[in-house]
Amino acid sequence: MAASLQDWRTQKRPFAAIASLPVFWLVVFFIVPMAVVWLYSFGQNTGPADIVISGTLENYKRATEWLYVSIFLKSLAVSALVTLICLIVGFPVAMAITFAPTKWRPWLLLGIMLPFWTNLLIRTYALMTLMGNNGYANRALGSLWGGASWLRTLVGMQPLDAWTPAQLLYNNFAVVLGLVYVHLPFMVLPLYAALDRLDKSLIEASLDLGASQFSTLNRIIMPLAGPGIAAGVMITLVPALGAYLTPDLMGGTDSQMIANVIERQFKRANDWPFGAALSFLLIYAMFIIVAIQSLRRSEAKRG
Amino acid sequence: MALLRTRPVAPLEYTKKTWMQLWVAATLLFLYAPLVVLMIFSFNDSKRNVVWKGFTLKYYQKALGNDSLVEALTNSLTIAFFATLFSLVLGALAAIMLWRFRFPLKGVVEGSISLPIIVPEICLGVAYLIFFARIQWPTGMAWPLNLSAITIAHITFCFPFVAMVVRSRLASFNKEEEEAAKDLGASEWQTFRDILLPHMKPGLIAGALLAFTLSLDDFVITFFTSGPETITFPVKVYSMVRFSVTPEVNAASTVLIVLTVVLTAIALKMQGVKAIAEVH
Repeated sequence: MAASLQDWRTQKRPFAAIASLPVFWLVVFFIVPMAVVWLYSFGQNTGPADIVISGTLENYKRATEWLYVSIFLKSLAVSALVTLICLIVGFPVAMAITFAPTKWRPWLLLGIMLPFWTNLLIRTYALMTLMGNNGYANRALGSLWGGASWLRTLVGMQPLDAWTPAQLLYNNFAVVLGLVYVHLPFMVLPLYAALDRLDKSLIEASLDLGASQFSTLNRIIMPLAGPGIAAGVMITLVPALGAYLTPDLMGGTDSQMIANVIERQFKRANDWPFGAALSFLLIYAMFIIVAIQSLRRSEAKRG
Repeated sequence: MALLRTRPVAPLEYTKKTWMQLWVAATLLFLYAPLVVLMIFSFNDSKRNVVWKGFTLKYYQKALGNDSLVEALTNSLTIAFFATLFSLVLGALAAIMLWRFRFPLKGVVEGSISLPIIVPEICLGVAYLIFFARIQWPTGMAWPLNLSAITIAHITFCFPFVAMVVRSRLASFNKEEEEAAKDLGASEWQTFRDILLPHMKPGLIAGALLAFTLSLDDFVITFFTSGPETITFPVKVYSMVRFSVTPEVNAASTVLIVLTVVLTAIALKMQGVKAIAEVH
């Protein structure tokens, strides 16, 4: 593989023609803007619209206040929970797709992917209309309640009180459900990719030799699909941690995540340096997650 | 189904197990029910969303008559078009560069190209807010130039995805084909146009589809990059959802969902469902 790579010096003109445009774009419109944010995080407001980059660490010091640390930890906990739920829901789905007849497989995959291609905002909004006080989720719960009440009168007990709509929106539950809804396809696709590559005769051998379905899953499938599971976890965890829209629309005042706090620093609070510092702390957190993942991968390769 | 089965389920036929089928069905229901309900109720003749009062198209008329909504949709489609075009060129070039050459700092360049995929949208959004304010990017230009800042931002987060998809396609390229072409006297450009480009085509189509939907989808980055006078569809829908939920939003959303499905269908027709499914 490496031998077939051309050295850029032997092909200077084609290399320049191919490389200059993407590298230029990346530096000017990505590296430079990120560097400016990084510099801003060491700055301070001197007037309503004036920011001086003074090299102060004040913004980072402020970020260690318990208020911000707790929001950070909460965002981590919420995204970890969302990832876990996605894994539990997604794993059997990925298994089912892997072992489906060949003709069916692409269509099932498409079925999982189509919502993922639909606008995030529209999906969130659609879920919200379903979960509102007059939405179908509440109506279904209401009729279950009514049924239970009817059963109670049937056996001669007092009927239940009239159904009061459950508050399904604007709380932490809504944020977790919304994030699961949005991120589920992210999890299923890498899981499927990993399971598809798995040597199926190993599973067969394990079952033939008398292992139960559960211990086959536990001792054959899970370890072999490990890298795929890790990839799925990362691909779900990282965007969930930085989610802005779902907690903003579906969450209440106590279900803010770190992205919402960053947004507020830039819009309402108008404290750009502090927002820049929080934003870079979030990026560092992502780097740590990615680093842990690649460390695990290289360890798995060696072991 | 399970009751009618005549032969036992083989150990590996997980898809035939009833609980597995129910699990998949429930997941698909979870994924699609909100969207389907939204689409059905965009035809509902009632201001309140949940009770069916009869079929109507009036909310589509209202949505089409809503100038700012139509303008927002036009803006979004224009941005998505240009973002796709530029991302395709940049992404394909980046993919070829990484696939073909050995050069100093390659690891750094490779890492930097995948960074926009990892960096959270909110961080990119604030980066463009600061960046365009700092360099005093002209505002209030004539359409479509007033969309340039948003388009630049979109290109930046779209082209790494294109590069990724195209590069994985390039991995299956047989370099002997290229050498044969050159032996037979084809120039560098001819080899690229007639040998490499046709091989890249499925990757380019998939990359274009991905870039288009990513751009059309984006709310957060646009929210920070756009000035008060340039609004895109997601930003408009956001403010409508936020401040006045009307069935108009349902109608407009349905239009966009149908657009997505149509685009996917076109891509499927060109590539086959299998190739699309394999890309991601």
